[in-house]
Amino acid sequence: MGEITINGRPITFEEESNVLEVIRKAGIELPTFCYHSELSVYGGCRMCVVDIDGMGVVGACSTAPRDGMMVRTHTRELRDIRKLAVELLLADHDRECTTCEKSGGCQLQRLATQLGVHEIRFGERDMSMPVDDSNAAILRNPNKCILCGDCVRMCEEVQEVGALGFINRGSNAMVVPAFEKEMGDVECVNCGQCMAVCPTGALVVKSETDRAFEALADENKTVIVQIAPAVRVAIGEAFGLPAGDNLLGKLVAALKILGVDKVFDTSLAADLTVIEETQEFLQRRQAGESAPMFTSCCPAWVKFAEYRHPEMLSSLSSCRSPQQMFGSMIKRYYADMIEANPNDLYVISIMPCTAKKAEAQRPEFVHNEVTDVDLVLTTQEVAAMLKEVGLDLGRLEVQALDSPFGFGTGAGVMFGNSGGVSEAVLRHVADHLAGEEKPVVDYPQVRGDQGIKPIRISVGDNTIRLAVVHGLKQAHQMIERIKTGEITVDLVEVMACPGGCTGGAGQPQPERRDTKSQRAHGLYISEKMTQLRKSRENPILQTLYDNWLGEPASPTAHDALHTTYQSRRRILGEEIALEPGEQLEVQVCVGTFCYLQGSYDVLSQLLSELESEGLGEAVNVRGTFCFEQCQGGPSVMIGDEIQARVTLERVPEMMETIRDHLSGTPKRLD
Amino acid sequence: MTKNMAPEELSTSRTFAQVNEILDKHERNPRSLIPILQEIQDAYRYLPTEILAYVATVLGISPARVYGVTTFYSQFSTQPKGKYVIQVCDGTACHVRGSNPLIEAVEKRLGLSEDNRTTDDLLFTLETVSCLGACGLAPVVVINETVYGEVSVDRMTEILAELQSGEE
Ligand code: SF4
Ligand code: SF4
Ligand code: FES
Repeated sequence: MGEITINGRPITFEEESNVLEVIRKAGIELPTFCYHSELSVYGGCRMCVVDIDGMGVVGACSTAPRDGMMVRTHTRELRDIRKLAVELLLADHDRECTTCEKSGGCQLQRLATQLGVHEIRFGERDMSMPVDDSNAAILRNPNKCILCGDCVRMCEEVQEVGALGFINRGSNAMVVPAFEKEMGDVECVNCGQCMAVCPTGALVVKSETDRAFEALADENKTVIVQIAPAVRVAIGEAFGLPAGDNLLGKLVAALKILGVDKVFDTSLAADLTVIEETQEFLQRRQAGESAPMFTSCCPAWVKFAEYRHPEMLSSLSSCRSPQQMFGSMIKRYYADMIEANPNDLYVISIMPCTAKKAEAQRPEFVHNEVTDVDLVLTTQEVAAMLKEVGLDLGRLEVQALDSPFGFGTGAGVMFGNSGGVSEAVLRHVADHLAGEEKPVVDYPQVRGDQGIKPIRISVGDNTIRLAVVHGLKQAHQMIERIKTGEITVDLVEVMACPGGCTGGAGQPQPERRDTKSQRAHGLYISEKMTQLRKSRENPILQTLYDNWLGEPASPTAHDALHTTYQSRRRILGEEIALEPGEQLEVQVCVGTFCYLQGSYDVLSQLLSELESEGLGEAVNVRGTFCFEQCQGGPSVMIGDEIQARVTLERVPEMMETIRDHLSGTPKRLD
Repeated sequence: MTKNMAPEELSTSRTFAQVNEILDKHERNPRSLIPILQEIQDAYRYLPTEILAYVATVLGISPARVYGVTTFYSQFSTQPKGKYVIQVCDGTACHVRGSNPLIEAVEKRLGLSEDNRTTDDLLFTLETVSCLGACGLAPVVVINETVYGEVSVDRMTEILAELQSGEE
C-alpha cells in the first residue's frame, strides 16, 4: 500500500509487485517484450525503462513500488533508449515483414511503428537459419527470434515441460529446443503456449489452410466440419468484435459460403464424452479402485502424462477426446447412415487448440486406413481463411447448424472452460447417484481461474472429491500431492492451457488482459441459454446408443470411443554406450521412470557381475532412455527382447538369460 | 589424470559409474549443476549429450536447461576433445608476434580447419584463446598445461612431431 507519482499524477498502489503494473493501472501502456504477469520477471528487453528520482533509469518490471516514488515514463532519454532497443532488435532480425505469418499481430512491428523507428542504422542481418517444421503444431523460425525468453519461461514455469532453452551467450545466444534438436524430437506436448506469448513470428501455428481449401475444391469429398465449444466465443475478436460474443451462427454461415457441406457441433461429442466418462468413473469406483481418475480430453495433458507420468497412465480415463469421438462417429456411424465411403468424407475440426493437430495424427485414430479427423484448423487459421476470401464475420446473417449432429447441450458447451468437464460430469453423476432427475445446479467452486480448484460434493451417502487443474505445472504438482497422500481425490480434471480451451493457443491473440475471462463468461452465458443442460438429455445421443453403440461402455463404444496410451521417451536418439564392441546387446533403461524405479542399481549390479564372470568383453551394455514401456519398469532389453520389472533380485535371472544367449551364439555359427 | 584416458575407454561403464558417484556426491542437488558438469567433463573429457539428458533426469530439471548451461560457459564442450589440447594464444601481443602462422601450421599438419577442430583419432584438438596472461613470452602455446613460449613455426612443427611419434 502506498502512493507513487507517475508523470506528476499521484497513483495509489496495493498488491502490485512492480512499478510496471502500477503504471499500467494508471492507464499508460508502457511497451514490453519480456513481461508477462504470469511468468517470472526477466528484465531483458529494456522497453519498460522509467526514470525514478534518486534511482535514475531502471526497468519498471523489475522495480518494486515504494511509497513516495517519483516516476517519469517518457522523458527524451527514455524514448531514445526504447527506440534504440527496438532498432537494435530489428538490426539482427529477419525483416521480411510483408511475408511473415505474424504480420499485423507482431509486437515488434507494432512497437517499431508506435515508437517511430523509421530507419535502422546497423546494417542487415547476414545469416539465415533453417526454419523448423518438425513439430505437428508449431512452426519455428529462429531468424525472427528476439531472445525475449517468453517462450522458455512459459514452457518451463507454467507448463513444467522445459522443451526450449537459451544456449550460448552474447551475440551467439539463441533460443532452441534441447540439444539443438528439432522441435518434433523433444518432449514438446504441442500446447502452443510458447507461441501464444511469442511477440514475433519466431513461433507461429503451423498453418494448414491450404489443405482445407484443397479439400473444399475437391468434388469427390464431402467436407464435414465440427466446431469446438471455445471457438465460438473467440473468433469474433479477429474481426474486431468483443471477446465472449457467441458467433456460432455467423461462423456456420461463413463456412457454408466457403463450401463446407455439413457443419456440426463438437459439443455433441462432448455430451457423449460425459456419458462414457461418467460410466467409466462409476465402474472404477464400484471396482473399489482407490486411485483417482484423470480426464483425458486434453491431448497436451495426455502427452505430458505419457512423457512424465507413465505410472499414472492407467488412471487416465480411456475416453477419447470429443474431437476424436466425433471423427470416429462420422467415419463409422455417419458414413454408414448416409451410405458413403468413409474415405470420401473429409472431417475438419475447428479447434482453439494446437495440440489437437498432433492428436489427430496419432496412429490410434487411424482405423482400417481411415483417418478419423483429416484436418485440424485453429480458430486463428479459420479467421485467416475467411479474411483471405474477403468475408467479414460480423456482417454475415446467422445460419443454423446442420442435423443430425448440430446439437449439443449446455453441459457439452461448457467443456471449453476449465472446470466445465467436471461440472458437466457432476450434473450427470448427481442424477445417477440420487437415482432421480434433479434440477440443474451450478457449481461455482469449479469455475474461475485459480490454478487448482478442489471441491467436495455429497449426494445422499456418497461424497465425491474433485480437483480441477489447468496449466501442466499444476497438474504435475497435483500428481505429486496425490502420491504423497497430501490430497485424496476421486476425479481430476486437467487442461493444459491456463483457463482451459477458451485460453487455447490456437485462439486469436488476446487483445486485453481480461480477454480470456470474457470468453469464459461468454461460454457460461451460452450454456445458460440452451434448453437442455444435461448431457443425458441430448436427444441425438439417444439415437446413437439405440442404433449404434448399444449402451455406455459397450464393446462397440469401447472400440469407437475409447483409446489406449503409451509411455514415450522424452528426447529422441540419446543412448549411453557403456562397453565398446560388437557383442550381445544388453540395454538398461535409465529414463525418468525406470531410473526412479531403481534401474541404475540394476545396471551397476549387472555390470559388476558381468565383469566378475569375465563376460565384460562379450556383452555390450548400454544405458538407454526409455523403451516406452515405463509401466513395466525398470526395463532391460537383452538381444531384442524387452524384460519388464527387472528389480535387483532379478539380476541373477538376467545373468542366466545372458549366458543362454551367449552359449547360443556359437551354435548358430556352426 | 583422467585427461589421459585412451579414446576407446571414453564411455565405458566405469566412467558412467563415475557420473553416478558425482551426482551422489552433490546429493543430486540441481543447484550444484555447474560443479557436477565440471566433474563429469573431467571424467569424459567432454559432455556427451546423452549423459546430459541423464543428468537432467536425475536432477529433475529440463534437458534444455542443462544443455543451456553447458553452452553458456566456454569451459564446457559437448564435442569430444583430443588427448592433446593445443591452445594457441591469439591475444593482441601474440597476434602481433605471429600467432596466425602458428595456427595455420597446426591446421596444415593435422588436417584441421575452422569447423573441424579435433583430429579423427581423437589425439589433438586445436583451440585459439585470447590472452593467456603470458604476453612477455609471445607467441604462447599451451598443450595440456605445458606452456611453450616464443614459439616459431619450426618449433611448433617439431613439438607436434614429437607428440605424434610418442603415440606410435
Ligand atoms: S508447445 Fe507447449 S510444450 Fe511445446 S515447446 Fe511450446 S510451451 Fe513447451
Ligand atoms: S521464440 Fe519468440 S518468445 Fe521465444 S525468445 Fe524468441 S522471440 Fe521470444
Ligand atoms: S519488460 Fe522490463 S525489461 Fe522487458
